[in-house]
Amino acid sequence: MQDFFLNIVWLVLLLPLLAAVINLLFGRVLGAKAGWIATGLVFLAFLVAVGVFIDVLNRPGGAPFEYDVYTWIPSGDFKVDIAFLVDPLTAVMLMVVLGVGSVVHLYSNGYMADDDRPDKGIARFFTFLPFFIFSMLILVLSNNLLLLFVGWEAVGLSSYMLIGFWYNKKVASDAAKKAFIVNRIGDFGFELGIMLLFVNFSTMATDLRYTDIFKAATDMFNSNQPLLLGNMTIICLLLFMGAMGKSAQFPLHVWLPDAMEGPTPVSALIHAATMVTAGVYMVARLNPLFVMAPDALLVVAIIGTTTALLGATIALAQTDIKKVVAYSTISQLGYMFAGLGVGAWVAAIFHLVTHAFFKGLLFLGSGSVIHGMHHAGIHDPVESQDIRNMGQMRKRMPITFWTFLVASLANAGIIPFAGFWSKDEIIGGSILRGNWFVGGLLLFAAFLTALYMFRLVFVVFFGKDNVPKEAAKVFDGERVERTMPLLWIPLVLLAIPATIAGFLGFPPDMGWIHDFLSPVFAFATEHGKEIEAGFTQPTVLILVISTMVAIIGIFAAWLAYFRQTDMPATFSRLMPGLYNALLRKWYFDEFYQKIVVDGGKALAYGLWRFDQKVIDGAVNGVAGLMSRWGGRLRRLQTGFVQGYALAIGVGVLALVTYLFFILPKG
Amino acid sequence: MDQVSTVSQTTGVPLAWFLAVGAILFCLGFIGVLTRRNVLVVFMSAELMMNAVNLTLIAFSASLNSMAGQNFVVFVVTIAAAEAAVGLAIIISMVRQKPTVDTTDMDLMQE
Amino acid sequence: MYQNMLDGFPILSIMVFLPVLTALVLLFVKYNEKADDGTRKRGGDTIRWIAAGGAAIDLVISVVALVLYIGKYFNSGVAQADSFDFQEYVPWLTDLKISYHLGADALALLLLVLTTLLTLISILVSWAPIQTRVREFYITILILQAGMMGVFVALDFFVFYIFWEVMLVPMALLIGIWGSSNRIYAAIKFFLYTLAGSLLMLVAIIALYFNSGTLDILALQQQGPGMAHDLQNWVFLAFAAAFAVKVPMWPVHTWLPDAHVEAPVAGSIILAGVLLKMGAYGFIRFALPITPAGAATFAPIMVGLSVIAVIYGAMVSVVQPDLKKLVAYSSVSHMGFVTLGLFTGIWLNQLGYDAGTQGVDGAIIVMLSHGLLTGGLFLCVGVIYNRLHSRRIADMGGMAKPMPRFAFLFGVMIFGSVGLPGFSGFIGEFLSMLGAFRANWVVGAITTLVIIVAAWYLLWMFQRVMFNKTVPAVRHFKDLDRIEMGSLIVLGALSLFVGVWAAPLLDMIQPISHALLATVSTASAHVPDIFAMLFTH
Repeated sequence: MQDFFLNIVWLVLLLPLLAAVINLLFGRVLGAKAGWIATGLVFLAFLVAVGVFIDVLNRPGGAPFEYDVYTWIPSGDFKVDIAFLVDPLTAVMLMVVLGVGSVVHLYSNGYMADDDRPDKGIARFFTFLPFFIFSMLILVLSNNLLLLFVGWEAVGLSSYMLIGFWYNKKVASDAAKKAFIVNRIGDFGFELGIMLLFVNFSTMATDLRYTDIFKAATDMFNSNQPLLLGNMTIICLLLFMGAMGKSAQFPLHVWLPDAMEGPTPVSALIHAATMVTAGVYMVARLNPLFVMAPDALLVVAIIGTTTALLGATIALAQTDIKKVVAYSTISQLGYMFAGLGVGAWVAAIFHLVTHAFFKGLLFLGSGSVIHGMHHAGIHDPVESQDIRNMGQMRKRMPITFWTFLVASLANAGIIPFAGFWSKDEIIGGSILRGNWFVGGLLLFAAFLTALYMFRLVFVVFFGKDNVPKEAAKVFDGERVERTMPLLWIPLVLLAIPATIAGFLGFPPDMGWIHDFLSPVFAFATEHGKEIEAGFTQPTVLILVISTMVAIIGIFAAWLAYFRQTDMPATFSRLMPGLYNALLRKWYFDEFYQKIVVDGGKALAYGLWRFDQKVIDGAVNGVAGLMSRWGGRLRRLQTGFVQGYALAIGVGVLALVTYLFFILPKG
Repeated sequence: MDQVSTVSQTTGVPLAWFLAVGAILFCLGFIGVLTRRNVLVVFMSAELMMNAVNLTLIAFSASLNSMAGQNFVVFVVTIAAAEAAVGLAIIISMVRQKPTVDTTDMDLMQE
Repeated sequence: MYQNMLDGFPILSIMVFLPVLTALVLLFVKYNEKADDGTRKRGGDTIRWIAAGGAAIDLVISVVALVLYIGKYFNSGVAQADSFDFQEYVPWLTDLKISYHLGADALALLLLVLTTLLTLISILVSWAPIQTRVREFYITILILQAGMMGVFVALDFFVFYIFWEVMLVPMALLIGIWGSSNRIYAAIKFFLYTLAGSLLMLVAIIALYFNSGTLDILALQQQGPGMAHDLQNWVFLAFAAAFAVKVPMWPVHTWLPDAHVEAPVAGSIILAGVLLKMGAYGFIRFALPITPAGAATFAPIMVGLSVIAVIYGAMVSVVQPDLKKLVAYSSVSHMGFVTLGLFTGIWLNQLGYDAGTQGVDGAIIVMLSHGLLTGGLFLCVGVIYNRLHSRRIADMGGMAKPMPRFAFLFGVMIFGSVGLPGFSGFIGEFLSMLGAFRANWVVGAITTLVIIVAAWYLLWMFQRVMFNKTVPAVRHFKDLDRIEMGSLIVLGALSLFVGVWAAPLLDMIQPISHALLATVSTASAHVPDIFAMLFTH
């Protein structure tokens, strides 16, 4: 029985794929049943994954389990397999993906069934949602970089399909396209990174297996050998570029807020809990390489911190409930990268886990609110998500309110909710490792986090009742939530881990998760800065400070959005430049549109004109020259056949005369 | 007389005689093609030219004791037959379009 | 030795001439073109069935041949999988040392299957759209098929050249007769452009003949590498002229968009799916093995042109207002990967690395994959055109609503072409880029940029066709019929199979690329690297 579940780990992959295939082929016939098939199979996969997790727990020393399926691409000295790796990091990711995934599938049954848009497309939705799970599992289960890249792109595909789910809306299809293309910019770097790795280690790691790459790299590192081409910093930066795209890091973060055009369960699963953390997973997975490139790690930390601040500031001014949560996601992903960058590896993964729960919950909560608004008769997608149309939802949707509050507290980092422990560990980890600057900025971001989170809570659930009269009547007439148990049960299911998941890492730096993940980061810890674990004096101090910061943030939110609600207006009047910059997301979209998109199009037009005028022009020019000369020569063709015959005769005679009578005489 | 100048030991007719006949036939045909307006006559003249060449080929073939010339002739005769069939068919269909056999009147392709 | 049960059986000749036979049969079918009184023209369906039947039998034969070949060389443990099988040798014009010599290796057989498959598909999808000169249309397609297959199996340059030119005429007719408005211009341009290239090839063939005294391709592959370096350079250039036009490489590509835009759907599918492969096949089979030193000399230049083609084709695709033109320019970009892979493989060898296989393997896979995916894309364009009678992207929108199945299959083709892992396109393009990267990282890095641009133009097109508001014109479109759906599913499934499990295909290809590179590396050891001064490795 030992390793029983590890040996059937392929089943974890196959079940969601099966769901996708069934719904692709028979979805239209199945109708609403499609959703239950998907949910059931994904949940089954979750159960198998739990077994896998337990098997991993029982393996001595977290020894990785490798499972070869078949040879995928054999070409010369390049030979990549379809093969899987299960180690503690994978096991944790499996739990997150399938745990949150199952809950979101359950939720989607309620959310999509009641969808009032004309094209329901239930079958399509439940084809791509399990397909996403499948792709994400490939990503985390792969034992080599190229198979990871397969999952990497496949999650991009499902994300594209689900963001553009309501494809008749131009904003949605634009957002889908933008997400894919921006991700591709990152993938450009990622692919180059893979190739560069292969070129350097082709003699030792022909199959791009992590273990082989690490071994080859470590050998070179230990013997101080230079790489054949480039160096480890360049490789890591290129790989990180992929992570920046997928995990929406500055300056490639622009696609994530737009991705909110997709259905809310999609935002919860793909754009908060799982897919966007793929970059974090990848960097964590490749930690031995990154540790060899401290400069690259510094860049990771800087980008992470910048993003954490950037997301938090923009989230302050957004009025769309989902956009606020989306920018919060960007910001929290920045935390994770900052954690990776400073060497707080486990803390970053820890934050990934807790964030998956509370951010998934935040999105599902927002989804419930939006769904309630729809239910109350506000169908316009912009209106129904605008927080300026909400207020006093506390009484109208109490379960949503309480769970949303839990998630907000977790996100803001209030003791003892999940986010507190993980976020603090990142902040503490950076300060204790001497990265004062990173830690300080992250602390400031934590203040902003509490501020924007509770701005949302106060405006939506407390404060002035801005719900239109008609809708308010529906809300007050019945408890909207009661009618849709599928919408609140998942909230409760996620609220539990959002509250207690923090204790996976308790006490700081020596909790269960640290112990569990330590084999994965053995090399990194060995070569990184050691810090003292547990409740040491500086750790406690930082805990206290960050709690204070969060509480001040909440207090500020309370002041501005509950007590003196004219404060934000005053602020925007006093500092219109800053306010507009925040509202317009620091003008990133405008900048990219002008420089990249318009510039690219202008270049493309230029090349096309060049193609038509110069290249094809030359071709047609030659043809024209020919026909002009042909036109002149044509006059020799009188059409009088006997004339030609005479010419031939004369010619032959002349030739014969020349050859036989003139030439021999010489 | 050596081998080259006589067509065969049996007849003893010199090669030059055959060539002369061939040349005369060829010239007759050529003049016919050039001067006549009737398309049928032009056609026949062309056939005459071809046969003149055939004669020359056979003559050389016999005199050189090589079968290559005769091979050619067999091909030419075959092609000539095919060509006659096709050519006459074309002439007939042209006459159906426009009842004339005069070459100067056949100017469909002329601008 | 493993004995083939078909030893001595002229399976290749049957395969090549079966379409001709079918075409002959079509001549005798009673068919009345002028019965245009609203009723169906008499005899049209008989002709279609016969043509489809002939093509289907040919497909079966080609698959059987491929299976037999695999059985012989892979299951029996015989390692020489690069050798030619099913050889037929009949002396033809002995004085000129010309013989009717056919034979096929794995590459040829794969391309034969691709050809028969795409021909069958083009015959099937022309069922309804082609209503004028039906008999002539199918005869043209069948003759075209015979020409294409002859090119892939010819082992004598004389035979090869005949088939090469035979192929040209029906394609020009397809464009010129059944094409759209500007068809005559496109047909003439296609014909003259390709002819100009192939005349230079004829010069090369004659030069080889005078140098080696034989036209047998296998013999020339033995003798060619020993030729003087100068001669090899010239012969290679002449070959390259013909093949570069066919591929088409930048800057001799401009006939392609015109030909594609004007050609009927069947013509576009065959043009993109098979005819473009002729150029690449020519490089692999003739130009590289016969004149390896010449190839090595010009490899850096060819690589440069390929990189330009890849990026330039993709960039120009971005702004195309015409659906077919967009796919045509994307073909220029994709085919750039083929020449890129081939010549970086050569280049690597020349730089002294024994690692060119990825490039060559990638090139061959891109060839096959492009046949499947771009063939499929043109089929999709045809599906739209048959319903909308327009190819302007601006006239489309929201087509996913009335045609969900089509949207899905179109999406498969689009994402396959984008180079999404899991489809054959990724395997080929990645290997090709890897080869390029190993040869010269600057080249590799520039080429990799295309993954961004490809996503840009294809997704933008997909969005404007399938997504957004459903325009009134498309609202009542019927979803795919059985033929269209079946064809697209077959193409997509094949691409997916290769993408998910490339090993079987690569196992077949690898011996070929190994043999090719072995020839090149022995012959080109002393060739100077003319670009080494520009880019330092």
